[in-house]
Amino acid sequence: MPTTAPHALSDVTASDSTLRRFLHGLPGVDAVGLEARAASLGTRSIKTTAKAYAIDLAISMVDLTTLEGADTPGKVRALGAKAVRPDPTDRSTPSTAAVCVYPDMVATAKEAVAGSTVKVASVATAFPAGRAPIAVKLADVREAVAAGADEIDMVIDRGAFLAGNYSKVYDEITAVKEACGTDARLKVIFETGELSTYDNIRRASWLGMLAGADFIKTSTGKVAVNATPANTLLMLEAVRDFRAQTGIQVGVKPAGGIRTSKDAIKFLVLVNETAGEDWLDNHWFRFGASSLLNDLLLQRQKLATGRYSGPDYVTVD
Amino acid sequence: MSDARLSVLKTYKLYVGGKFPRSESGRVYEVTDSKQSWLANAPLSSRKDARDAVVAARKAFGGWSGATAYNRGQILYRVAEMLEGRRDQYVREVAAAEGLSKSKAAEQVDAAIDRWVWYAGWTDKIAQVVGGGNPVAGPFFNLSSPEPTGVVAVLAPQESSFLGLVSVVAPVIATGNTAVVIASEKAPLPALSLGEVLATSDLPGGVVNILSGRTAEIAAPLAAHQDVNAIDLAGADEALAKELEIAAADNLKRVLRPQPVDDWAAAPGTDRMTAFLETKTVWHPTGSLGASGSAY
Repeated sequence: MPTTAPHALSDVTASDSTLRRFLHGLPGVDAVGLEARAASLGTRSIKTTAKAYAIDLAISMVDLTTLEGADTPGKVRALGAKAVRPDPTDRSTPSTAAVCVYPDMVATAKEAVAGSTVKVASVATAFPAGRAPIAVKLADVREAVAAGADEIDMVIDRGAFLAGNYSKVYDEITAVKEACGTDARLKVIFETGELSTYDNIRRASWLGMLAGADFIKTSTGKVAVNATPANTLLMLEAVRDFRAQTGIQVGVKPAGGIRTSKDAIKFLVLVNETAGEDWLDNHWFRFGASSLLNDLLLQRQKLATGRYSGPDYVTVD
Repeated sequence: MSDARLSVLKTYKLYVGGKFPRSESGRVYEVTDSKQSWLANAPLSSRKDARDAVVAARKAFGGWSGATAYNRGQILYRVAEMLEGRRDQYVREVAAAEGLSKSKAAEQVDAAIDRWVWYAGWTDKIAQVVGGGNPVAGPFFNLSSPEPTGVVAVLAPQESSFLGLVSVVAPVIATGNTAVVIASEKAPLPALSLGEVLATSDLPGGVVNILSGRTAEIAAPLAAHQDVNAIDLAGADEALAKELEIAAADNLKRVLRPQPVDDWAAAPGTDRMTAFLETKTVWHPTGSLGASGSAY
């Protein structure tokens, strides 16, 4: 096992058996209660000035993403320009947090957002399946970091996790963290849609945080079930409890399936009510999304002008 | 069956995106007949219902405008068949709404169904009438064809609750537009019942969306909406029409101003169809004209 992390829980990672005992010792998740809590927080009515604030905050938290086989340098440049200035007709619109691309597009993306606050995130470690030898995964990460990625989104080995081989997952995350060096922040994707149970999501969250994740992220956006209010609420509880025990703050990034401003605002309510105000910042909370940004911009235009806007007034992407 | 059977009252609901929602606002208003006695509660739509209806109409536009004209005609004819099957219900509703005798109401309903059939026939003929091949002065040939304008907001006539309604809705959708219809404020029930017919006629959900409520309240956000391409002001009075036309100018909507109609049963002509059509022209190079006078 690798060296211990310098916090109160450092002894649980001492060996495979202590890690397993700790993860299986986490309290079970009350699935019905969790979903009911997430649903009830989703009924809050956020209007007028609070809505305007929430929309701007959500825009500033978007990781504008393109992860397609058909990505071209031109598309990545267009995406970068949009991230820097989401609504060219209104200069008061904040920039998004980052653009999220495949590793070979990092250099192009970096160029496109140069001189702005927008960061470049790169998926790595054989995204989205994660089924590649560890050496390949680490090379993938190093290439992305070398090309200038500010953030690395890795996927965990779900096969190993589901087989109960927690120390393998742990070792992989720590190795990737090391490959990220001191400059790049590491987001760990659990692919919650493949973890089957809420208990597994809670275990994966703690495992990721123990291994040194800077962010825990729900999903790749490539499977049927992506971010839901319930699984995000569960992860927010995990980062809150982790900070209470260790003093280390970890970010959360729901990704995939969040398409409307209404949904985004519901997630912000979850953040505020669960993790707290400290997480209401794009350093600690992100949305992995592409079409969400357009809906946020349409709602922003509606608030600014009083007229309903339409898809003709935002970019096609 | 005993005489003491309880009456089964109908809950009239909106028709949006192929579904029958209540108003987002939860509001209803009382609909009365011409003698002020209560008929039913109808949903009192809010601007958010209008917004949802525009989203549904936009979503349906690609499929409906892309369907073949022949297919649209078949579907519209199917609507007429369904209307015919519910003829008695519409006669009852129109008689109550407009204070007509049963025979007068039946005349209105028959005229409305016939009108629907008439427009169903136009779907694959309008292109031949208003499109054309245009010889031009040069080595080109120019073809023009009519294309639907897009999402059309329709303020249905206030007085003629069914024939008037059909006369403004059918021409809009016959050519491939999708519609957000605001029913007559005082007499919305025939319009809301029309939704039930459309839902069972192969018409894709969202092609026609029907809202009931205060015309001025729902029309204002539709007129200003940036994703509505045209607005038919048939059901607006002079003051409201002016206000809506100003709001509609912002994104250069096509506006059909209210025109006085003495008799909705009179032959309508093609004006209501052509009001919501754009002309697409395609220039074909033909090469230089040879000695024969033609290169093709």
